[in-house]
This record gives sequence, structure tokens and C-alpha cells, in this order.
Amino acid sequence: MCGTLSSVDQYLNLKLKEVTVNDGEKHPHMLSVSNCFIRGSVVRYVQLPADEVDTQLLQDATRNEAEKNVSR
Amino acid sequence: MKFRYFINMAALESYVNHTVGIITADGRHFVGTLKGFDQSLNLILDDSHERVYSTTQGVEQVVLGLHIIRGDNVVIVGEVDEAIDSRIDFSKIRAEPLPSIVH
Repeated sequence: MCGTLSSVDQYLNLKLKEVTVNDGEKHPHMLSVSNCFIRGSVVRYVQLPADEVDTQLLQDATRNEAEKNVSR
Repeated sequence: MKFRYFINMAALESYVNHTVGIITADGRHFVGTLKGFDQSLNLILDDSHERVYSTTQGVEQVVLGLHIIRGDNVVIVGEVDEAIDSRIDFSKIRAEPLPSIVH
């Protein structure tokens, strides 16, 4: 299943908008679904489009975090 | 203390009184009108039916009426677009029944 992530909460429950099903032949259950809510406890993984992840920002954030821990 | 699972109450507010499709942990698929829910994701479904998928025949729709589903069993709550749903010919749909959730 594929969609635009609209919100996440502290349990990693996901809300997706404009949902599409990757293989409608095999999984026709959600063909008519446009928006959905997924219980976080059942999620195995979330694939993010690589070009939309700002790795520089993440690396800087983890470095800052690590520096804080060292100085403590 | 026992771990309690509480969802954000705003999460499903927009689905109330809409047709929703529910997939449960044992792989079953329910469709009905969402009448209510609580912080544990317990759901009240009105005019509900179960869609039973099979590879040998079309989708069987079992009428259930008013149903309460316990939140533990809920996997996906999907808002159904009725315009698309009414165009699907369920007698022609063949699919493997969904497996149950493995933790």
C-alpha cells in the first residue's frame, strides 16, 4: 500500500491520504479506500522515498545529540 | 503496570458516519458505517458486513448488522470511497484470504 503520510502519533499509528494499492489483483481489499488509519503495532516497515529524506539534517541532529552526551 | 494503548482521539473523528473498511488481525475484512470509537480503537460499526475472499469464487458478503470490534484486533481502518466501491463487481474478484498478523 502506498499513500501520502498525513500524521503519525506516539504509537507510530499512521494516517495516510490518497492511498493506492500496489498490487490490486492480489490485494483487492483496499481498492475503494482513499484515506486510512493504520494501527502502529502492526506496521512492519515504512518505505520513504530516498530523495525526500534530508540525510544531512539527520546526521547533524545525531552529531549534536552525541556531543551533548559526551560533555555530560 | 499493564501497558495501555491509547490513540489520539482526533485520529478517527473524520471517519465517523462514513463507510469504512476494517481489516482485523486475523485477516478478515469488515465494511460498515463507523458510528463510534474510543481511545483503545474499539469500533462501533453499523449496517456492517464481512467480505469473504476466495480464489475459487467471487467475494461472499455476509450481513452482520451492528457490530463492536475490540481495538486489539484492528489493523487498518480505511475510509471507503462509496463511488469507487459501488463500481467494483465483487462477483468477479478473486483473491487469497489475508493471512493473520504475526508478531
